[in-house]
Amino acid sequence: MTKLFTSAAAIALIAGSAFAQQDTITIGMQLEPPNLDPTGGAAAAIDEVVYSNIFEGLTRFGPDGSIQPGLASDWSVNDDGTVYTFTLRDGVTFHDGSAMDAEDVIFSLDRARAEDSTNAQKALFAGIESVEAPDPLTVEVTLSEPNGNFPFNMAWGDAVIVAPESIEEAATAPVGTGPFTFTEWVQGDHVTISRNDAYWGEAPALATATFKFISDGNAAFAAMMAGDVDAFPVFPAPELISQFEADPRFTVIEGSTEGETILGMNNALAPLDNVKVRRAISHAINRQDIIDGAMFGYGTPIGTHFAPHNPDYVDLTDMSAHDPEAAKALLAEAGVENLTLRLMLPPPTYARRGGEIIAAQLRDVGIETEISNLEWAQWLEQVFKGKDFDLTIVSHTEPADINIYARPEYYFQYDNADFQALIEDLAVESDPAKRSEMNKTAQRTIAEDYVNGYLFQLAKVGVANAKIEGLWENAPTQANDLTEVRWVD
Amino acid sequence: MLRFVLTRFVSLTLSLIVASLVIFAVIEIIPGDPASYMLGLNASPDAVAALRDQLGLNESLALRYVDWVGGMVTGDFGLSYTYKVPVSDLVMQRLWVSLPLAIYALVLSTLIAIPVGLIAAAKRGSATDYSIMGATQLGIAVPNFWFAMLLVLVFAVTLRWFSAGGFPGWDAGFWLALKSLTLPAIALALPQASILARVMRSALIETLGEDYIRTARAKGLSRRQATVRHALRNAMIPVLTIIGLQFSFLLAGAIIIENVFFLPGLGRLIFQGITQRDLIVVESLVMLLVFAVILVTFLVDIAYAAVDPRLRRGR
Repeated sequence: MTKLFTSAAAIALIAGSAFAQQDTITIGMQLEPPNLDPTGGAAAAIDEVVYSNIFEGLTRFGPDGSIQPGLASDWSVNDDGTVYTFTLRDGVTFHDGSAMDAEDVIFSLDRARAEDSTNAQKALFAGIESVEAPDPLTVEVTLSEPNGNFPFNMAWGDAVIVAPESIEEAATAPVGTGPFTFTEWVQGDHVTISRNDAYWGEAPALATATFKFISDGNAAFAAMMAGDVDAFPVFPAPELISQFEADPRFTVIEGSTEGETILGMNNALAPLDNVKVRRAISHAINRQDIIDGAMFGYGTPIGTHFAPHNPDYVDLTDMSAHDPEAAKALLAEAGVENLTLRLMLPPPTYARRGGEIIAAQLRDVGIETEISNLEWAQWLEQVFKGKDFDLTIVSHTEPADINIYARPEYYFQYDNADFQALIEDLAVESDPAKRSEMNKTAQRTIAEDYVNGYLFQLAKVGVANAKIEGLWENAPTQANDLTEVRWVD
Repeated sequence: MLRFVLTRFVSLTLSLIVASLVIFAVIEIIPGDPASYMLGLNASPDAVAALRDQLGLNESLALRYVDWVGGMVTGDFGLSYTYKVPVSDLVMQRLWVSLPLAIYALVLSTLIAIPVGLIAAAKRGSATDYSIMGATQLGIAVPNFWFAMLLVLVFAVTLRWFSAGGFPGWDAGFWLALKSLTLPAIALALPQASILARVMRSALIETLGEDYIRTARAKGLSRRQATVRHALRNAMIPVLTIIGLQFSFLLAGAIIIENVFFLPGLGRLIFQGITQRDLIVVESLVMLLVFAVILVTFLVDIAYAAVDPRLRRGR
């Protein structure tokens, strides 16, 4: 008996980490971040590693998309909506030990809005006139005009607070204020972060987390099955999800994203400058077929450029319901026949597979398409910058981005003065009820003008070991916030 | 011998100069701007302009070519646009995966192919020969990525002897790193070994029919002695050629296998560099691979000369 007991104790000692609560995790990601500085590039993979883990902003996105306090515990706005006063948390330090105070906030905001700034979301800072610090824990931001969206803007990964001493090295050795510190980056393979014991808030349950980069869908499947990866929050191959659903070791996490997937139309080029033709194309599309065929059923149909989980969303899918007869009639009315359109497809599956389905649906109403498959860089050059296209499919993943329709130079070239005025008013409105009403009007306007074909809201389909809890279900911003993640039995 | 080496060296240098011009020209004319790729869909035009300026993309082509070649000659490959680290560091990191993997696969393939080819040739026409020939045919026909996925399913997902992929780095320990390269090396080696075994067999059969083998047998050498001492050495020339070609292929062409096993190798670096328009990485890396291939060819030429003294005199 004693012998049995001692050997059991020995096993317990050897396998100590297995008996104690597991506190390491390996997260799979399809793309590797090019660098780890969220203020210097648009790649979503950067935020997926560092947002809320390494870097924090004045405010932050909660898992439900709400704006929550970040490094600022509180903020207020003056009566005319032009001066925001942020109260900073006391005792916050950067990972290198230096204190985070109002000077760092001034530095970060001034750097992002500077003339030579390479911040990908410079527009977030455009209205800032000055940033001042009455005392080390108070920051006053003066805007040139009221902006009810300012706390929302400050929650983006591009608006995190950085320190002047460490920002130069942030691309490869990021130093922030978050609950995890950067440990190592084996380029091409993984990034490891570790718990920050000096964190100002509640310490995370995980001691270390490793982000492993696996681009191929089958390789990702094998890595999950072999237990090399514990969770894949955005799984790259929707066709393999059903196999995880059947396996009790895993849970499938389906949530929403901010990605409105649209059939972009070149509104400045004949015959797509005719609203009847655009409307005909919208009626020719069967959204559910695209969701089923290209995304294996994951996705929510949309009728305008707005996220369905947003409280201000209006369901306008009926305005462009699948109706081939109506589409043909509209084309005849517009006097368009033998129409051939160029359909330019970027690399993601939703575009490549969706494009083929749309081409077949358009053929049913008498529109031929010439499909070109483009790489992202080519797409950016030719479609986005050069506007040399008729149709394209792309998912707009930035949160609350209906304001792109107020930019007549934007690639789909929608130019409506009333809409532009509406968005200008919306930007300076801070009354929530009025904002909501304006958001709804904006959605209706672009749906009535049939600016683009509105397809579906991109779903976030992830897979995780069933013993993990605390991963974000939805993706209000592209992030893998690990603060609440833990293993349970 | 010296003259032989010198003429080969001159042609090596000329090939490199031509290659650098072609690579630079091709990569500069492909559409796509690294700065707009990095800043994405919502970027303001002035942020893109600022970044282009920072990356030095606004300078003239000729100046950039001279900068690039001049840098390479002095060992400075420039700074990656996207990773923001020196290209040479990036390449060295990847080379420490790709080079060992290529060598590992080549050693495996040679160790399998030479004896197998030898046996098949020695027992020509027998059942052993036919089954070896059938097996190698299969080895060539099976796509290596499919074989790789099969290996993963069996040894990683089901048996769990190996991890499904990834590379822990040499710092994690030599055996651990080697272990993570084992399945990819086997997947890469199988088709190469099949080709090599067939080449070995036919080369050996050809030399075994030569007069000097008959002479050797006539002066009293056993069949085995004649094969090992005379035929094998003469059969090595085509085998060396194939090994040289295979090494270049394994170093640069392992990209599909790197994807299946998510290994951070050179192939994936090039692929990423192209999609992200990290032009400087692509240019330098392609140049380096051209250099490696030319160098291997050069070394194989010299090895020919070592095996066959007639070649040393040159023409």
